Amino acid sequence: MCGIVGLFCKTETHRHELGRLTAVMLREMRDRGPDSAGFASYDPGEPGRTRITVLAEGVEVDWAAVAGALEGVLDAAVTVRAVHDHAVLSTDGDGRVARQWIIDNVADVTVLSYGAQIELYKAVGDPDLVAERYDLASRRGTHALAHTRMATESAVTTRGSHPFATGADTCLVHNGSLSNHNRLRRHLEGHGESFQTENDSEVAAGYLSWRIRSGDSISQALQGALSDLDGFYTFAIGVADGFAILRDPIACKPAVVAETDDWVAMSSEYRAIARLPGAVDAEVWEPEPARIYTWSLAA
Amino acid sequence: MSGVRTFDLAEATRRDLNGALHAAGAGGRFEVLNPRGAHAVACGITADIDVVVRGSVGYYCAGMHQRGRVLVEGNASTGLAENIMSGTVRITGNATMSAAATGCGGLVVVGGNAGARCGISMKGVDIVVGGDAGHMSAFMAQAGNLVVCGDAAADLGDSIYEARIFVRGDVESLGADCVEKEMRPEHVDTLARLLAAAASTVEGADPAEFRRYGSARRLYNFNIDDVDALARAAGR
Repeated sequence: MCGIVGLFCKTETHRHELGRLTAVMLREMRDRGPDSAGFASYDPGEPGRTRITVLAEGVEVDWAAVAGALEGVLDAAVTVRAVHDHAVLSTDGDGRVARQWIIDNVADVTVLSYGAQIELYKAVGDPDLVAERYDLASRRGTHALAHTRMATESAVTTRGSHPFATGADTCLVHNGSLSNHNRLRRHLEGHGESFQTENDSEVAAGYLSWRIRSGDSISQALQGALSDLDGFYTFAIGVADGFAILRDPIACKPAVVAETDDWVAMSSEYRAIARLPGAVDAEVWEPEPARIYTWSLAA
Repeated sequence: MSGVRTFDLAEATRRDLNGALHAAGAGGRFEVLNPRGAHAVACGITADIDVVVRGSVGYYCAGMHQRGRVLVEGNASTGLAENIMSGTVRITGNATMSAAATGCGGLVVVGGNAGARCGISMKGVDIVVGGDAGHMSAFMAQAGNLVVCGDAAADLGDSIYEARIFVRGDVESLGADCVEKEMRPEHVDTLARLLAAAASTVEGADPAEFRRYGSARRLYNFNIDDVDALARAAGR
């Protein structure tokens, strides 16, 4: 059992309180996954600038030295902002190159995300405390995903917590378990994806990253996922310009969606949605099995 | 409302509410405010009481229900009226998966759409869905009636035993061993009775617009030659 939530602001109305509303939703899902939690949020950022969120749990990292070395690799300036055991590096250089360089060259850290819009935080412990430590409530932006984890397929670790993001601004939270992730991981590694955990959900994130990097739209990538991912899943997915939901063809992992003129919210349970502004008048439904739901900022 | 006890779940606990419902005698009337998706609201009622829930509820609302009447003005999540034995559970909105699962008797009315596996393993409950029913509805249904006023999604009635399914709209596909069957006068009567019973929550419909589905009885008998004998023994 895990709890997942996603909130997509269709209009400006609630973008200033994206983080606060996501924290409210996350709190309601605490019972479904008290082991660990994480969240990703998307905001416009600065044009052309990539942020890389890195986890350095239990290790001291000389971030100034990392930034200096990375500047040489990227041939671009790199700034660093430390947030507890996370650091957000910011650069005009190539985010994908930066991610791989950090994975290969900085010991004991995990690159959690990169992209022009995404920042991603995760930790072991009470979901409320995780939200508080990384100040989820203060985040503004267009959309956010969050997850409370009850680990079944791998250990209770920060690295095994959700969300997972391996490609630019592409991120997912997962309730369920995949059964073909080992073979799929090898396949994706052969196509240039790199992974940092043994977790099945990271493979799903890598799959979407690979498809989107290859030119697919999010809908095309998810159509592919329906044939290539074997297992149980309810996914909430964030990409640079949108938000998506997909459930496997059996659809035994719960999901409920609510939509108003201003927002779309999905969660494992309605109580996470019940406290959102306007929830009483929202259209509420259960997403159908094997049906791709997407919302785009461009629309 | 006079004689009505109100529980505001913004303040009262669900345990207080359900405790009061369990202690209530016949004729008790209750109103529940601010359910906000709480789980197990109005579970385990055994007396002939009336409960109105103003708002949407979470999982397992009115589970193991007997005798009384529960009305939810809103939506319900997984397992609405699970294992209902008798009485009535109505919701005005949509239900997510497994509404009326394993229900043995009574009536469950969903004003809007029902999600996946509505009436899974139903054992005698009557279910009326005003809108559409999700995939694998009436999966392994054993007895009772499922009425769908809208469309039914894929694999309707998969591995069905002796329940009856009535659908007014389109059926995306039938599950294993589920087939369309003739609407005989007794089926029209049953359907008319159920639609009348659901009338306060579901718009009226003409029984003539419905088609009936049920078990081909090819799957659940060890020996296909026994089908007629079993049917005779059951008086069907």
